[in-house]
Amino acid sequence: MRSAHEPGYLLVVDDNKVNRILLARGLEGDGHKVETAEHGKQALEKLRSDSFDLVLLDIEMPEMNGYQVLETCLQDPELRDIPIIMTSSLDEIDSVVKCVELGAEDYLNKPVNPILLRARVNASLEKKRLRDEQRKLFRTFATKEVADELLKTGFSLGGKYVNASVMFADIRSFTSISEKHEPSDTIELLNNYFALMFEAIIGHHGTVNQLEGDGLMAIFGAPIHHDGHREHAVRAALEMIALLKGFNIEQAAQNKIQIKIGIGIATGRVIAGYTGTQHRATYTCVGDTVNIAARIENHTKEAQHPILIDQYTSEGLTNDIEVESLGPMLFRGKQQEIRIFAVKPKE
Amino acid sequence: MPTIDPATFNELKQMSGADFINELIDAFLDDTPDMIRNMYTALDKKDIESFRRNAHSLKSNANTFGATELGALAKELEFMARENNLEVGDRLEILNEAFGKAAEELKGMRT
Repeated sequence: MRSAHEPGYLLVVDDNKVNRILLARGLEGDGHKVETAEHGKQALEKLRSDSFDLVLLDIEMPEMNGYQVLETCLQDPELRDIPIIMTSSLDEIDSVVKCVELGAEDYLNKPVNPILLRARVNASLEKKRLRDEQRKLFRTFATKEVADELLKTGFSLGGKYVNASVMFADIRSFTSISEKHEPSDTIELLNNYFALMFEAIIGHHGTVNQLEGDGLMAIFGAPIHHDGHREHAVRAALEMIALLKGFNIEQAAQNKIQIKIGIGIATGRVIAGYTGTQHRATYTCVGDTVNIAARIENHTKEAQHPILIDQYTSEGLTNDIEVESLGPMLFRGKQQEIRIFAVKPKE
Repeated sequence: MPTIDPATFNELKQMSGADFINELIDAFLDDTPDMIRNMYTALDKKDIESFRRNAHSLKSNANTFGATELGALAKELEFMARENNLEVGDRLEILNEAFGKAAEELKGMRT
């Protein structure tokens, strides 16, 4: 756990020199690095050219006042995550309430009490650090878009029905591979492998939501809906196979393990939502579509095709993706036959 | 009664550190005459917004240093402007005098 007093890079915006000196010196005394701006326009220029951890913003300013700066920041995707603490005199309480309602992080009355200043600044910096860490974690598993959405909606642990494409991918005969090699080689192999697969999935708007051993599960079309999620999923699968081909060539050149994978994709209604507790939650999907995708993936080895998809997925593809019908299959434990299609990887 | 409230001033000194109190006093002594001048200009031009903003800044600074009387006068002018009332009579002259007294006292408080 990091210390709550880790220094930050702060911007103090005030048209009044006395206030600027006062705030800046107080914060510098606490170990923070401080930059100042004399009015709103200058503040925005500095915010756009440098990366600040926190802004202390005066309301009353000529040119561009504190509201306008706050509103501009909140509407700008690049700036809206920087916490803003409003500074104002006591009789501006109505304005302060308005700013907090708009989305300001907190407020401080002027003349600023040094103990309150320290406490609020450090609390805001700590919150921002936690948010940054969370965001970094999500970005490893999902696109920026999804990560932002997750942070914005704030993990309500409730589910809903969504139409999505579900993908499962596994390394073939991984158990025997891992038994024949050093544990460190196996882990290195997995890390390199996953890095490539994540790139392909996230690059096609997918979200990786489960990793287990050598297997992964990904969702396309949720939590953010994309009309083309069936095609996105299949294109991601094609890229995964293509990337793996390159990977195997490199592995062979270094006399290292080469691997084959199977990918199964099914599309339909799934129940999606966060499961877990407030402290540890994952975005997951459950439902028949998920089971079918897993079954289809399992069938890739027997079918001798690396990518298998169900009929509904195949109906969502453009003509340039070559698909071969393998006919209906009855999976154990399922009442209905499922029509399976093989996607031909490009040569 | 002193023009500068000692408790407020000491708190300020504690916050800024003894090293910076001179810098702060200088900023106040430099900026305040500009603000008062701006208020006179605003009065001539009937620029209520500029008048109000300058009164507001002056009030804020006066309170920061514990210049209680100056702060109260500036606050009164700020509130008059808020109500679109620029019939300030001789209040600006009184404010200017109050600043003169506060400035003298603050000069003596530099370390």
